Amino acid sequence: MMNETEKHEHDHGHSHGDLDADAHALEHIHDHDRQFQPDLEDTPPTRYELMVYAIRELLIEKGHVTQEEITKARNTLESWQPSRGAEIVARAWTDPDFKTRLLADGNEAMADFGVDAGGAKLTVLENTDEVQNVVVCTLCSCYPRAVLGLPPDWYRSKAYRARVVVEPRKVLKEFGTDIPDEVTVRVHDSLADLRYLVIPKRPAGTEDWTQEQLAAIVTRDSMVGVTNPKAL
Amino acid sequence: MSQLFGIGDIVRVIDAHPPGHRRTPYYCRGKIGKIERVCGEHRNPEELAYGFDGKPLRRLYRVRFNQSDIWGHYDGPSEDTIDVDIYEHWLRSAE
Repeated sequence: MMNETEKHEHDHGHSHGDLDADAHALEHIHDHDRQFQPDLEDTPPTRYELMVYAIRELLIEKGHVTQEEITKARNTLESWQPSRGAEIVARAWTDPDFKTRLLADGNEAMADFGVDAGGAKLTVLENTDEVQNVVVCTLCSCYPRAVLGLPPDWYRSKAYRARVVVEPRKVLKEFGTDIPDEVTVRVHDSLADLRYLVIPKRPAGTEDWTQEQLAAIVTRDSMVGVTNPKAL
Repeated sequence: MSQLFGIGDIVRVIDAHPPGHRRTPYYCRGKIGKIERVCGEHRNPEELAYGFDGKPLRRLYRVRFNQSDIWGHYDGPSEDTIDVDIYEHWLRSAE
């Protein structure tokens, strides 16, 4: 494999000249500098990325895991998408027995969808006319990955984690969600072995919709509780 | 291990600040809340964090606090709550 210096020299020798010429030509046409989008490799790896690379290489060298297994695990992780959560919510909206099971024992009910939450205890919270539930992990970024995939950047941000516990209504407003005073806001700090999924309120005007149509309006953010689905 | 608390019991989170990996947030230490749910026994993350086996298992509860009891300056309705996952060894009866 080429190291960074060789790669750089290689680029210099063969392609930079052409790119410069292109940029020069464009400058004449549009009278401004051509902007290049930075590639992932353009910033140096962070200390933690370097540690991850080193540990991965050592584990492979010592025969504890193979690169193939790592790739497989990564693909599994990436196959977890919020659409799974949306299907579960749409079923809960249309099948009261399923909803009862889901609220009683998330792990058991989600097994219907082939979801294996591992050791985490999936806890399902229902939004109603009286209650809006909102989920956060103030310590890190605990998130129900098995049903929602990887958490969005805002969920992991210090601003969200610090503010939503203190001023949830203000934070929700910034998501475009106004909660009237007569609706109670319940914040859930997910710190330990529980993972939370919110069943948002089914919007009016969707009474005759199919499960597929319903699932299409259940967004990731609504299952964290910061927005509410709307009938399109 | 016998269960110390049941749903609806009033509890106080101990107001302690031991060093190390602790999963009880500072904002609720010393505060009074109500047991909302009992969530089974789990390996203790305070031990797991240092490579121990996490035993004995610790019972986990969800404790519901009124926002206005947690933050003196909370400006939302008084019914608003925050639910926190807390292990039994951090809780004392406040009945």
